[in-house]
Amino acid sequence: MTDLPPKGRVKLGLVIDLDTCVGCHACAVACKEWNDGGSFGPLEDRDAYGAQPDGVWFNRVHSYQVAVQAVPPLLRTVQAAAAAVTAPAPGGCGGQAADGMTVHFPRSCLHCEKPACVTVCPTGASYKRVEDGIVLVDEDLCIGCQLCAWACPYGAREFSEHHGTMQKCTLCVDRIYNDQLAPEDRQPACVKACPTRARHFGDLGDPDSAVSQLVAERSGYALMPELGYEPVNRYLPPRPRRAAPPEPAPAAAAADGYDPAALPPLLRWLDRALSR
Amino acid sequence: MRPALSIVFFTTLSGAGYGLWLLIAIAVAIGAAPADRFTIVVTLLTGLVLTSIGLLASVAHLGKPLRAWRALSQWRSSWLSREGILALVCVPLCLLLAWRVESVHSGLRIRAGFAVFALLAAATVLCTARIYASLRTIRAWRDWRVTPLYGLLALQTGGLWLWLLCELAAPQPLDIQPGICAGRVAWLVALAAGIGLTWGLQRAYWRRPAEAQPDTAAATGLGLPGTVAAMEAPHTEENYLLREMGFALARRHAERLRAIASRTLFVLPLLAIGVSLLLPGWTLPAAIVATVGAMLGVFVQRWLFFAEARHAVQAYYR
Repeated sequence: MTDLPPKGRVKLGLVIDLDTCVGCHACAVACKEWNDGGSFGPLEDRDAYGAQPDGVWFNRVHSYQVAVQAVPPLLRTVQAAAAAVTAPAPGGCGGQAADGMTVHFPRSCLHCEKPACVTVCPTGASYKRVEDGIVLVDEDLCIGCQLCAWACPYGAREFSEHHGTMQKCTLCVDRIYNDQLAPEDRQPACVKACPTRARHFGDLGDPDSAVSQLVAERSGYALMPELGYEPVNRYLPPRPRRAAPPEPAPAAAAADGYDPAALPPLLRWLDRALSR
Repeated sequence: MRPALSIVFFTTLSGAGYGLWLLIAIAVAIGAAPADRFTIVVTLLTGLVLTSIGLLASVAHLGKPLRAWRALSQWRSSWLSREGILALVCVPLCLLLAWRVESVHSGLRIRAGFAVFALLAAATVLCTARIYASLRTIRAWRDWRVTPLYGLLALQTGGLWLWLLCELAAPQPLDIQPGICAGRVAWLVALAAGIGLTWGLQRAYWRRPAEAQPDTAAATGLGLPGTVAAMEAPHTEENYLLREMGFALARRHAERLRAIASRTLFVLPLLAIGVSLLLPGWTLPAAIVATVGAMLGVFVQRWLFFAEARHAVQAYYR
């Protein structure tokens, strides 16, 4: 039944650190690689080496430019803001760089506690597991009506024209319980692949778990909580960046009547290049 | 949203079919015209053809059409599933009623059957509307006018079909008795009033203030509105999400398409009803023009309903 099961104690999910993510897409590629050969594969790939490659990916890594903001909203709680003021980053002023910052943002299924993608499903193919909260699609039941993709605000579901069914992140359910793998490898492929350890996997239902403590410590937040789907995954906000080094004071140069703005363009460029 | 033709055909044709069923079922249940068995049966079967084409179109939308029967299992949570079940329950009941109905003056059991049938047809249209109106990700469909508009448009297009079928099956002689004549005028005036009401609601829906969409800052939780902008896309080519939920063509031509929809869906049928009232000899051509025009118009209206709507996931791509 696509009725939601009673809320379970275990809430497996990911914690993604936007501070350390470098936007390398290794998570997306590792996910594609594992799931292409895993029990939920193959993931659709059309014209993979052609002019218009197209296919299903469970992870999409966006890159955003975040402008300077008067109040640092990245510090999502009062405690975090207070901590940043009392303990500024070493060598920095605790604020943002003068020209804002770049944030890489991996987007995947958040394994919501109240997933509309599950309740709209007319067949029962979409379901939420009671034992660990993972949201899955049963490829043998899915009729490919795509209503679940419409119901998901996070873009977690992609339709495979080849299969005629919907595909989505499985939280590597075929890895995390896999006896054939070494215990340290029983983690989602994206978590294992991340070179900066920006991705953490664990039980967010247990307040003492490493991931829950990380969320508490770093003021981890949920995406679009106002929609009411209660995502399990959490994002850790970027830490305050060091401010850019101050511009060199032009006062000393002006004393000898040297004005770079008056130079011809070529020399002005040379002056700029040499002053770097 | 991408306006898939299969869904546009499904919602418009089955909407007209259920509207037609609802009206004829009410007419028989309360003992109103049309009087003869032939007209009632033709009307029921036309409704069956319209709803069946609509349902087949919706099945064509599926990635796995042969598994469509599985959609009947999740009625407890899914409006799509409820819609499917009600649609299928209507079919045998329609055939049974078409077989058993004698005339408009049928027995109490038949009339009770028609009353149940009317409720089922209305519930099916309601479920169709709720499939879309219940999606929190598409703010334009959360508007309170969406569900009544689905119902009113089903009634309007169904009403025009009923008018056309009555004229085709039992054309009114010009020297009809005053009682029937008054009934006919009352029916056409009621139809015109319904069209006017639908038009007003549709205009209000089109002119509603634009919904606040979540912007990238809100979607990513990275800052105040307007401070976060996409710098690099996650993929070089369009993906499923952009194709399915990033449809922008309609918004560019919305005004013109709305004008076309208004004229064919509302103005043309109202003019045709006026012609029929003033010049009864022209009733059949007027009914044909009104029905064909309204079906074209409702098709454009429904295409716009999907094509203009913005999905929340687009915030990640802006």
